[in-house]
Amino acid sequence: MYRYDEFDHTLVAERVTQFRDQVRRRVAGELTEDEFKPLRLMNGLYLQLHAYMLRVAVPYGVLSAHQMRRLAHVARVYDKGYGHFTTRQNIQYNWPKLEEVPDLLEELAEVEMHAIQTSGNCIRNVTADQFAGVAADEIDDPRVYAEIIRQWSTLHPEFSFLPRKFKIAITGAPNDRAAVKVHDIGLRMIRNEADEPGFEVIVGGGQGRTPMIGHVVRGFLPVPDLLTYLDSVLRVYNQLGRRDNLYKARIKILVHETGVDEFTRLVEEEFAAMTRETPQVLPGGELARIRAYFQPPAYRDLGKAAPTLDLALATDSAFAQWHAASVSAHKQTGYAIVTISLKPIGGIPGDASAAEMEAVADLAETFSFSEIRVTHEQNLVLPDVAKEDLYAVWQGLKEAGLATPNVGLVTDIIACPGLDYCNLANARSIPIAQEISERFADLDRQHDIGELKVKISGCINACGHHHVGHIGILGVDKKGVEHYQITLGGDATETAALGDIVGPAFSGDKVTDAVDTVVAVYLDQRQDGERFLETYRRVGLAPFKEKLYAAR
Amino acid sequence: MPLVKDDALVADTWTRLDDDAAMIDGPVVISLERWLNERDVLSSRNGPLGIVLTSHETPEQISDDLGRFSLICLEFPRFTDGRAYSHARKLRERFGYTGELRAVGNVLRDQFLFMQRCGFDAFEVADGTALEDWLRATTEISVAYQSAADRRATAMAQRQDSCTAS
Repeated sequence: MYRYDEFDHTLVAERVTQFRDQVRRRVAGELTEDEFKPLRLMNGLYLQLHAYMLRVAVPYGVLSAHQMRRLAHVARVYDKGYGHFTTRQNIQYNWPKLEEVPDLLEELAEVEMHAIQTSGNCIRNVTADQFAGVAADEIDDPRVYAEIIRQWSTLHPEFSFLPRKFKIAITGAPNDRAAVKVHDIGLRMIRNEADEPGFEVIVGGGQGRTPMIGHVVRGFLPVPDLLTYLDSVLRVYNQLGRRDNLYKARIKILVHETGVDEFTRLVEEEFAAMTRETPQVLPGGELARIRAYFQPPAYRDLGKAAPTLDLALATDSAFAQWHAASVSAHKQTGYAIVTISLKPIGGIPGDASAAEMEAVADLAETFSFSEIRVTHEQNLVLPDVAKEDLYAVWQGLKEAGLATPNVGLVTDIIACPGLDYCNLANARSIPIAQEISERFADLDRQHDIGELKVKISGCINACGHHHVGHIGILGVDKKGVEHYQITLGGDATETAALGDIVGPAFSGDKVTDAVDTVVAVYLDQRQDGERFLETYRRVGLAPFKEKLYAAR
Repeated sequence: MPLVKDDALVADTWTRLDDDAAMIDGPVVISLERWLNERDVLSSRNGPLGIVLTSHETPEQISDDLGRFSLICLEFPRFTDGRAYSHARKLRERFGYTGELRAVGNVLRDQFLFMQRCGFDAFEVADGTALEDWLRATTEISVAYQSAADRRATAMAQRQDSCTAS
């Protein structure tokens, strides 16, 4: 993985010192809360319902075991012993004290981590495919470009006070695990006719109050032009994005109101001009320097045969069940990718205790070249596990209470923090997730239902990605009572779609029943091993709607 | 209000004229609207002329007239309105403006470095401003990852140099 050089170290250290001074001025009363707010937000510090919340960046979801240990340490010393992995591959701490945050950040800087731009109306932490570099279906390693974007976006002098937050996601594979079509900018690696790698640039996707699927504004962007092109998109947005209405300030609204063709023309015009004025052509040397950090680890020369694995699969059905849900294809023969569920039955999606973080760090050190990934579905990944070690990894996970075999299944729920923590929320998300998780606890039933993505947001801001959930659940406030609107058929992948609203919202005590009904209709309608999404696309909303509202 | 300019606190020698105020001798700053309405008269004036653009007024609106101005003020109505950063870079990098580029309005030290990097070279600050705080703001972050109007050597360029040198 990438390691800081002197420039990176210096910048992060200086940023900590700068923020320490900003905190000092706030505590001393030299800064008003209004003046301090944008400064703390640019460093990931929110004021929540009960306390400050600090969001720490995990750039493009890549962590070392060493960094994970430090995150566990921070959880113990500065928080209540746990952290919360988010849908943007970051980690949040819900209970830090303002005066201690500079020390916390200094401890993070020691392991090359920071909280820069994890909030605020600036370019946020870039996200990527959690299987980057190891996926069997990859065109090129997106981490190389994600790191270049991380640096380019850090303290960008022109784009730190945008109309609204700005999120960039990148995938190197045709199977989109980074949800690039629902980001402000999505970059999809492709090859042109001359077999050179480049990007398809998608702009104006997003979730929130006005969900939209992004539009392709550039079919093929050569790699060397990446930063100039990003600068051009951002400049058009910075100048023309709406600043009169918070809810219409994202770039998706600008693209929509301007029209894709006109928006594209403006970007290309800006790109041509910037290419003349301030060309930032990516030098081959810098690309090579960064790529060198992402060379594959020293894989052993393993054959296809994995007798230990085969034996375990044949004799231990619990392991086999976990294997079916948690293991993905690796590009290296004899290796596999392991996804660790942070969704124990009845638990809080994405939460991990310090002990759990350390257990994952241990396993990564022993079995996965010390590397860990965070997924946007709030799980963790050991990217480089020898197939012959999978049984040992599973046993280690089981011991740590991290072997829930539900990855990709109905209880692998994405949920935002909701009204339990967040002052924007209309309704609680976590208890709904917990109730659904308990209702579907039976593992055989879960595996029978198959791939089903349930995503819950406690308000219209859609942090829980409900618009792109196969089953989406949105918390709404109806005369002071928590209600939940259900959508079906959403999809965050390369076949991206926004979910359809089934009808009137359900009260909190009826939501789990409603999900149960949706699943029952699916099982009833399912043909030939169809996934939920395939059945839904074939039969449409009607049969679900009919059953859901039949008793009313 | 005082100005931070060339690492010093200096008095402002320009007079900001309201649109309905009578023209006076000496250096004056006018609005875009006045410039557009009275361009012919103002062009023949002898004294130095400055103009202020609010954040929704663009450099393109004066790009053909830049030779007339020895001062351009870009206004930050709130420091969270970042349009003037783009406008400043365009004035410097696209239209080649070399006169004084002044940040006015809600100008705070925490944005000083960003403004400087985008091409501002004068900053209208509150009375009683401590200069040393402002100067620290431009040196406390010494690494620049991206090219901007200040042409500061980026980390990327410096890495390439050290590669070539070794």
